[in-house]
Amino acid sequence: MESPGIILAFWIFSAITVAGCLMVLVSRNLLHALVFLVLAFLGMAGLFLTLSADFIAVAQILIYAGSIAVLMVFAIMLTPLAARDNGNSLYVLPALAAGLGIAGIIGFVAVNSPWAQLTGDALKQGDPDTTVSVIGDLLVGRYVLPFEVASILLFFGLLGAIVLVHERRGARESS
Amino acid sequence: MTADVRRPATPMEQQIREHRSLVQRALALGGGWKFILGVVGLGTLIALAAGGFLVVGGYLDGRWYDIRDLGIPTSHLVYWMQAQGLSPAVPYLTTALLGGLGILSLVGGWLVIGSWVERRVIAKFQIRQGPNRVGLFGLLQPVADAVKLMQKEILIPLGADRLLFFLPPILIFLPAMLGWAPVPWAPRMSYVDMNVGVVYVIAISSLGVLAVFLAGWSSNNHYALLGAMRTVAMMVSYEIPISLSLLSVVLLTGSLQLSQIVAWQQQYHVWLIVVLPLAAFTFLFASTAEINRTPNDIGEAESEIVAGFHTEYSGMKAGLFLAVELGNAILVGAMMSTFFLGGYTLFGLELWIPGYLILATKIGAVYFVFVWLRATLPRFRLDQLMGFAWKFLIPLAIIQLLVIAVESMVIAQSGLPGIVTVGGSIAVNLVLTFVGVRAWASGIGYVSEAAASTPLLTNTVGGLRAAERIRVVS
Repeated sequence: MESPGIILAFWIFSAITVAGCLMVLVSRNLLHALVFLVLAFLGMAGLFLTLSADFIAVAQILIYAGSIAVLMVFAIMLTPLAARDNGNSLYVLPALAAGLGIAGIIGFVAVNSPWAQLTGDALKQGDPDTTVSVIGDLLVGRYVLPFEVASILLFFGLLGAIVLVHERRGARESS
Repeated sequence: MTADVRRPATPMEQQIREHRSLVQRALALGGGWKFILGVVGLGTLIALAAGGFLVVGGYLDGRWYDIRDLGIPTSHLVYWMQAQGLSPAVPYLTTALLGGLGILSLVGGWLVIGSWVERRVIAKFQIRQGPNRVGLFGLLQPVADAVKLMQKEILIPLGADRLLFFLPPILIFLPAMLGWAPVPWAPRMSYVDMNVGVVYVIAISSLGVLAVFLAGWSSNNHYALLGAMRTVAMMVSYEIPISLSLLSVVLLTGSLQLSQIVAWQQQYHVWLIVVLPLAAFTFLFASTAEINRTPNDIGEAESEIVAGFHTEYSGMKAGLFLAVELGNAILVGAMMSTFFLGGYTLFGLELWIPGYLILATKIGAVYFVFVWLRATLPRFRLDQLMGFAWKFLIPLAIIQLLVIAVESMVIAQSGLPGIVTVGGSIAVNLVLTFVGVRAWASGIGYVSEAAASTPLLTNTVGGLRAAERIRVVS
């Protein structure tokens, strides 16, 4: 983190992320909010890049900016009252409470972390050349059980989606 | 045409009869032209011989003027800058700008010349001339088109979302430009040879979906929204076969880095299209869907939904949407060449010929296949297209993925020579592809046409021979 380029990049990406998140809150049009959310995702991918976490950065673009955004697009399109204007929200108070709670947790962790022991030389010692192979080894080695559980969960999600939209032949004829 | 034609020649037949080959035209040239061409040809031969002498003698290896690999002059530039005692930011920025300029000029130059190439080639397929009026061979036609488009008024429909209407023509160029970053043009010549190259390619290509959707939604037009929804559904569906086919490539080569994938093909002296025919086909076909080209140009099916998601765009904004297809086409060509056609290598010839020329030739070949498909095939229906992705490509790709997983373990860890393991994999995959495609297709109810070579429609409706037959009968 010593070179000026990294620091400059950090501030630029932070500004993009924070501005994007603020605009998500401010904009009254849901599609506008979505575009700014994608901007924030891209800024976060850039932040990951400045931390040399290239796989996580690319996965951030692939999953959040690419797929989740399209999923949200479909959700907005298929929800009545949400297509053009988002003037009134029913969940202001729960949303505020949840947001404050998450901010509190993150702030607590940030304040209580022993940063002096985690950064600098300690970070350089544990810094692998490529993150991909390390992540791969951990996924099918140490964390193989959570990995399998997650894949089974996703598989059931897929099955559930198919069952939900499956049109039975008899049902269509009777109706 | 032989003498048994009992009717006056049609204009087209006259043209074909009067058409002279290149050799005939060259022989008919005047003496001065022959002399000039001869001198130019001799000069080219001498230059080639001199180049060959330099290469064989090893006079070029690693010098700053070794342009067989543009990474070498660049790294010499960096060394020189470091020797001058400049701060490390200067060479970094310089090389970044140089590479970016290279990509920009490549894509920009192709946008200028590509539409001419595409129209001329399609014209040849359809026995037409194509644009040949503006400039030499019609080469200035794209410039004329661009000037025309820029002169047009930029219309913004009533009720359109102005911000989101403005963004998509710019956003849609992001994948077409950023996707070039990891492509290796020569051993040391790629913009960012990142070790997550394949994931990066997939991630970047998925960004285009959002631009397409925003364009359709913000236009406040039913046709545009319909086209956008169709395109988004298609692109989302076809991202899965693309990812699966690239996953089998990654499994086999054991790396996410594009240069490593090329190096694997170089090491085993085989192109991955031979080892993974099904994955290569899947990638090619799904890419045509991803970049909206015929036979999968559901998004802007002119004859069905006006112009799809960019119906409401006018002037140069519409021009950008049309131009990005050209940029995407050569990007997919580069990806196809890198993943399946050996990249910048050509069985040892890359030591003699600059690797980037080889890659450019392969990109051109893949692009020609795209144009060929566009000139030949009709458009798929939306349900056919989606059914093909979900019921055909994805299951077969998953089955192939399992087989590849076993094969890659055998290749990596059995210790047998590569010709045995890779050759065995090729045989297994070929058989699997053939049997699997036939069995799966008949299993889900595709019927192959019994005598597909009989052009039933052509014979019934028309064509030269049919016209002759009718004339003989009457």
